[in-house]
Amino acid sequence: MSTAALHKEFQQIAGPENVFSDASDLLTYSYDAALLPSQPPGLAVRPTTLEALGRVIRLCNDQGLPLTVRGAGTNLSGGTIPAQEGVVVVTTALNRIVEINQEDLYAVVEPGVINARLFAAAQKQGLFYPPDPGSQAVSTLGGNVAENSGGLRGLKYGVTRDYVMGMSFFDTEGQLIKTGSRTVKCATAYNLAGLMVGSEGTLGVFGEIILKLIPPPVASRAMLAVFDRVQAASETVSAIIAARIVPATLEFLDNFTIRTVEDFSGAGLPTEAAALLLIEVDGHPAQVAEEAEKVQEICRAQGATLVRPAADEAEKERIWTARRAAIPALARLKPSVVLEDATVPRSKVPELVRFITDLARRYDITIGTFGHAGDGNLHPTIVFDQRDAAQERRVRQAVEELFDKALALGGTLSGEHGLGLSKTRFLAKEVGEATIAWSRRLKRAMDPKGILNPGKIVGA
Amino acid sequence: MSSVTQLARLLTELDEQLITCMRCGFCQSVCPLYGETGREADVARGKLALLDGLAHEMLSDPHGVKERLERCLLCGSCAANCPSGVKVLDIFLKARAILSGYLGLPPAKKLLFRQVLARPALFNKLMSLAPRFENLLTKPVDSLLDTSCARFTSPLGQRHFKRLARVPLHRLEPPRSTPAGASGLRVAFFAGCLIDKLYPGVGRAALKTLEHHGVGVEMPAQEACCGIPALSAGDTATFSKLLSHNLARLDPAKFDYMVTACATCASTITKLWPLMCGSLAPQAQQQAKALAAKTRDVSQFLVEAGLVSGEAPAPMQGAKPLTYHDPCHLKKSLGVADQPRRLMAANPAWRLREMTESDWCCGLGGSFSLEHYELSQQIGGHKLAHIAASGAAAVATGCPACMLQISDQLSQAGRHVAVKHYLDIYAETL
Repeated sequence: MSTAALHKEFQQIAGPENVFSDASDLLTYSYDAALLPSQPPGLAVRPTTLEALGRVIRLCNDQGLPLTVRGAGTNLSGGTIPAQEGVVVVTTALNRIVEINQEDLYAVVEPGVINARLFAAAQKQGLFYPPDPGSQAVSTLGGNVAENSGGLRGLKYGVTRDYVMGMSFFDTEGQLIKTGSRTVKCATAYNLAGLMVGSEGTLGVFGEIILKLIPPPVASRAMLAVFDRVQAASETVSAIIAARIVPATLEFLDNFTIRTVEDFSGAGLPTEAAALLLIEVDGHPAQVAEEAEKVQEICRAQGATLVRPAADEAEKERIWTARRAAIPALARLKPSVVLEDATVPRSKVPELVRFITDLARRYDITIGTFGHAGDGNLHPTIVFDQRDAAQERRVRQAVEELFDKALALGGTLSGEHGLGLSKTRFLAKEVGEATIAWSRRLKRAMDPKGILNPGKIVGA
Repeated sequence: MSSVTQLARLLTELDEQLITCMRCGFCQSVCPLYGETGREADVARGKLALLDGLAHEMLSDPHGVKERLERCLLCGSCAANCPSGVKVLDIFLKARAILSGYLGLPPAKKLLFRQVLARPALFNKLMSLAPRFENLLTKPVDSLLDTSCARFTSPLGQRHFKRLARVPLHRLEPPRSTPAGASGLRVAFFAGCLIDKLYPGVGRAALKTLEHHGVGVEMPAQEACCGIPALSAGDTATFSKLLSHNLARLDPAKFDYMVTACATCASTITKLWPLMCGSLAPQAQQQAKALAAKTRDVSQFLVEAGLVSGEAPAPMQGAKPLTYHDPCHLKKSLGVADQPRRLMAANPAWRLREMTESDWCCGLGGSFSLEHYELSQQIGGHKLAHIAASGAAAVATGCPACMLQISDQLSQAGRHVAVKHYLDIYAETL
């Protein structure tokens, strides 16, 4: 089919105002938040109904056009960078919250609903959607499911995977496949929903997603603990868990991050501290009071030089503002930012932090490390100037060493950002060639023409 | 050298600033335009990518980029919320200037800016004649809002616009130079076009307030426009002319502060005069910067100078419900949000009832509303709904441009909610 005829066909399906073929518009669909070369698609389509979405997929398949689904384009691994001459399918118009069920505790959403919007809508009805990736104010639930996004609450509440009860998705023929259900239990057929979570748009395209909601915790208490040794901070994390306390959040900031945040926001953080732990426990008021007390005791026993519980909401807000300032503060130091998410078993956090400090010195690069210490998911954040080729090369090499180290410690390449394009070539190191070959066979079965987000996860 | 290469060279001036965008996309959560369209080219990240594409010759269509760059309210919500601190508005205005310089201004804008706006005397004269014809072409629709609409099919479409003042501020309140009173302070009062020609009442309320607080006022004859319409069209020549005209009339040595009741003027003078005065003589640049440093919104000045007392009286029984819209150019550009509320709280006849998302853009965006009226209305629709839901009898704000947009919205919806400036509320008590 000629390009003009093809455009016309897409226009008939999605409406002329929702098909973009101008070079300027296409450039805006050539990137995401990963620091990777951009690649404009051949066309972008923004279907406004699920029915149109299905027809777009079918047309792509008929024509053998590579198809990349894009929500808010916030992912950090290049998962939404399209193939050359491919089609970007934008989901921002598929943004209906179909249902919030208070009796059966679930929500049904279209893939373009923004995470924070579902959170707010659930909250309004006295319910709670816990997964809170850093991008929650803008990222879509379709994107969250496709990347199996995590967040600050992962330790106690789990990640996106733990909230997907079921879904419908389109196969490459544009047929709707149904998996999972609105029930707590479901032993019917293959657990395709489990397969689809984290599949980064390579196996199918989400229609409606059924997400679990839970009752929110009634009370919470936040506190800050200061350490003069990283080791002591990490051992505190393990000691808290060993005492059978699972905080809702347990965040770590290294000295470089502390100083940068302090320079940026003047929040009153102790700049001489080697590490900070920001901890929040939640639940029933009596349990919260008891656990908060115990956590403080453990911090002191492990050698914290200062433990400060938030006296009120305002102080609690200040603690979390300091954590939220980590990325903006680091990002302002240099023009380019690589936010890594290699993850290790929680007990290996001290060793990883030591390794990262040494890595920064050896490669002469700037790394601030902070993140979800409670689940071993740290974010070593490298700031540099990508226009300096030698510096960029050193950063790439350092990142490779970091991956090797995380794997050697029994960890994983990515805790919550996905593989996308950026980590595909390292996958064999973690899972081996047989796993990749098996995954490719699986993909070929579900996507015979190889149109679904080619190149991602298992490569081409 | 191809012409695109030439343009790319001009744009490299922006490179240092463009590179600071890490493409996180967080601007999507606050962009009023993206909120309506969901199109990446409409949000700051997309526009920055387009400029980067043009600067590095990945694109060869400057018209396409310019068109998309102009689909923007210049509200600054993105810049105010950017984790990397990208100076989005600085980049956009400089880019508009570069692109307009390269591609030329559309003839109608050129005529309007260069032949009318840049000549304050002529502009005033034309505008003083306009009210005589207004009734021929338009009919009043709402006396509370003082709006009218077209009698016949007109290029202004469905708009319900605020009627021009019968007598502009500069004739109601002649130029003056009064000494400092009890406050020991003197300020220059920068009225701005919209207050002069559409809302002279706001100007009078400002002058009454300043006089009440014993503040001496310097009001020169024939101030020119602050220059924002020219800057947003990328017409730096007209902007420089207007700035020079104003600099000749405003000597920063003669007063402690310069104040304005127009959020857009305040933001333009403070942020854009220093940024865009590069083509002027060094001494004029110095003066522009000195004026910028002295410029405040009236409420900001009164609070900063300690002229409004801390304790607000409790609203009296039967106080009327009032809601407040935060102008983008006050809250996001200058960080002024608490001060107007403190002034309004001084009037016990009103009780402030906050609306949802009081700082969501009203959707006017100056010339954006002329070129993209439908989108402007769509964005304004949210404001209208929030005002209605607040149950307020009046909505106050700190910018005459927002007042225009909100009046249009309320009038078309047939809602009888008065539109006021926070100074109208404050001055009632004096």
